[in-house]
Amino acid sequence: MNDSLQNAYIEETTELLSELEITLLAVEDAPTDTELIAKLFRALHTIKGSSAMFGFDDIAMFTHDIETAYDLIRNGKLLVTKQIIDLTLLARDEIANMLAKTGGKSRSNEGNTKKIIESFREIVSGYQTAEKPSDTNVSISKPISEKQPDTAWQLYYIRFVPSKDLFLTGTNPLMLIDELREMGDLAVSAFVDKIPAFENFNPESCYCYWDILIRTQVKIDTIRDVFIFVSDSSELTIENITKEIGNVSEIDFVKLQESISADSNFHTHSLRSLIKTYYSPSLAGVSEPLNDRNLLNERTPLNDRLHTAAKQNQQTAAEHAEADSQASIRVNAGKIDELVNLVGELVTIQAQLSENASRQEDQVMITIAEEVERITWALRDIGLNIRMLPIGTTFSKFKRLVRDLSRELGKEVELTTDGAETELDKTVLEKLSDPLVHIIRNCIDHGIEMPDVREKVGKDRVGKVHLTALQSGGNVLIQISDNGAGIDKQIIKEKAIQNGLVSESAELTDAEIYSLIFMSGFSTAKQVTNVSGRGVGMDVVKRAIEALRGVVEVESTLGKGTTITMKLPLTLAIIDGLLVKIGDDSYVLPLSSVEECIELSRADIQKAHGRHIVNVRGSIVPYISLRERFGITSERPDIEQVVIAAMNERSIGFVVDQVLGQHQTVLKSLGKYYKNVEGVSGATILGDGTVALILDIKKLIEREELEEKN
Amino acid sequence: MPKTIMTVDDSASVRQMVAYTLRDVGFDVIEACDGVDALTKIDKAVFSLIITDLNMPRMDGITLIKELRANPKIKFTPILMLTTESQNESKLAGKNAGATGWIVKPFKPEQLVAVVKKVVG
Repeated sequence: MNDSLQNAYIEETTELLSELEITLLAVEDAPTDTELIAKLFRALHTIKGSSAMFGFDDIAMFTHDIETAYDLIRNGKLLVTKQIIDLTLLARDEIANMLAKTGGKSRSNEGNTKKIIESFREIVSGYQTAEKPSDTNVSISKPISEKQPDTAWQLYYIRFVPSKDLFLTGTNPLMLIDELREMGDLAVSAFVDKIPAFENFNPESCYCYWDILIRTQVKIDTIRDVFIFVSDSSELTIENITKEIGNVSEIDFVKLQESISADSNFHTHSLRSLIKTYYSPSLAGVSEPLNDRNLLNERTPLNDRLHTAAKQNQQTAAEHAEADSQASIRVNAGKIDELVNLVGELVTIQAQLSENASRQEDQVMITIAEEVERITWALRDIGLNIRMLPIGTTFSKFKRLVRDLSRELGKEVELTTDGAETELDKTVLEKLSDPLVHIIRNCIDHGIEMPDVREKVGKDRVGKVHLTALQSGGNVLIQISDNGAGIDKQIIKEKAIQNGLVSESAELTDAEIYSLIFMSGFSTAKQVTNVSGRGVGMDVVKRAIEALRGVVEVESTLGKGTTITMKLPLTLAIIDGLLVKIGDDSYVLPLSSVEECIELSRADIQKAHGRHIVNVRGSIVPYISLRERFGITSERPDIEQVVIAAMNERSIGFVVDQVLGQHQTVLKSLGKYYKNVEGVSGATILGDGTVALILDIKKLIEREELEEKN
Repeated sequence: MPKTIMTVDDSASVRQMVAYTLRDVGFDVIEACDGVDALTKIDKAVFSLIITDLNMPRMDGITLIKELRANPKIKFTPILMLTTESQNESKLAGKNAGATGWIVKPFKPEQLVAVVKKVVG
């Protein structure tokens, strides 16, 4: 089996499993929705079918019993119960395990699967009708015309009288005869006596029937298999007449067929009786008379006509055959990455072209460069767009999470979503899943109160968690809000002081207090539960979001609820940057964080008495001199530039020599040797071919703060 | 010119497996994901064979077979249905609707080729 097919199977099954989950949860709310139930059945059916096909027999066998239950439900013989849904959800997880763990080739947890299967069998046991006797003709488990050598040659007589409607099932009877021909020596006689008079003749009906003699070593079942598709609608006789004839090896089939074709007598007599007459033991060797009867015969032309017609049909088929373009195709994500990467290179080269063209002031070149630029940008947009996926697929996963978690904790929680169609880069989406899980877990565990507590404070018993996604500029905002207890700032602060995260005298803003929950080792849960309270989680969330070049913020009102907002870039492949220069080197600052640029003269520095602060319209903004940070020794210009960036509601400046302008760049990683370098998130190649480092503003600030503290 | 076969299945992996196998032995293959999709693609080529799954969203295989048989262009074209052993009833329904034959899932590539060769030659 070819690998890409197997991958297609795994991908498809994974998709079906998530569809199964979503549908199950929907069925829980609408247990009689036949459409949903049909969908469930279909998903299970396809999983079973393709698993068996691709050699994942365990999954196929496991799914079979579940499918049986849903077949009963589908036919109205069994009702959907909570128990069935629970079991199916468990089964779904088990299939996912089987698929993930050992590539499905061995059982993940035999105990579990066994239990699930037994429960399903118990459920269906009362309803299931007796297993239908399996049709022996059904299974084509061996190739049709497989020869099973027998020691002796046998002679079979076949009479095949197809139903009149044979052609309407797309069957070509001559094909069946050709198939037989491959099994041994053949003599065929077609009977045309049933063909009606012209005025009654229906060209769509089959009036012919056939007598066939075959000398072969294959078994009678193999011959029967040839007629497998027509046997129930046709009259079919297959008899072994070896004994009646005696020495069958003496029959000259070439001569026999010639005689039949030339002799009109044959189409009124059974081939069986004729062969008996000429080849029965007493008359062995009397084949000569057949050759003499060269009478007129209308069968052969008819046969020819059929053949010719069939050939013509095939020819036109071939002529019209064209390659088809599929409406949508599945593509390996790696290929798309490669495409985006190449488009990235193209953007760089195009920038070089534009730069050179304008430098040389060559009008023709400039026009071409502009065209190339236009196409490159379009290509880039399309390339990036291919990677975009709607966030809804991730959202739907959380329904299950919320359901299971709220049950486990004895809470009642309803999850609502908004903006499921918002699109995000595939990589971002994949990496977003875990942080979202953490946040939702926290919402339910810490945020939403127990139902009776909620009632006491006058809230609805059922807590609400709302997920929203919306696009804003080059970013996607994802909000998770709950109407639970909210965050108690006092408790957070006390806990932080207790853990030594802040000093007792520290004056903290709300934002700063909330940001404490993202610090490692912080948990206010009174009790460590399965769900949360180990103090891992929110710091992991923050790191994951930052790795995606995003930010996460918390807002909360005590008693009313909490809202966590994540701001993420649409894509990781390209960033809008501000190109700056320090000495001879170029750097890129992410434009999304940049607020403004101002000048910094020697006089300004003197005014601040050497401290790294600058006055921006009355407010004091600290700055980091990148020249000092990076140890650049070239001569400092008289007037420098300060790029003011915003981070955590604070402004901070970065001093550079020169601001060159906006620059959209393709992000390239620095490779494994430099991946731990702090303050640099990647690199890009500029139009003139030089490399510019992309600065990680956040890390630079953190580093500076750390050094200041020490 | 190779003969063209259409494979209709909502399971992309099965469809691809069928397509891959048949292309490997020299057929042209056009894929469709369900009955509705199949009907929209039916004029794209002159098909020598149509292989369809039975259980599909939007339009199931039996309905598709009936629709195809009502189309003068497809009236005499062989149609194979993909069934599982448990689907004897639908197999019968398919035959009555005008299917030429069936292939039982799961099948191996060589079994598929054998059945296809049987009906298209």
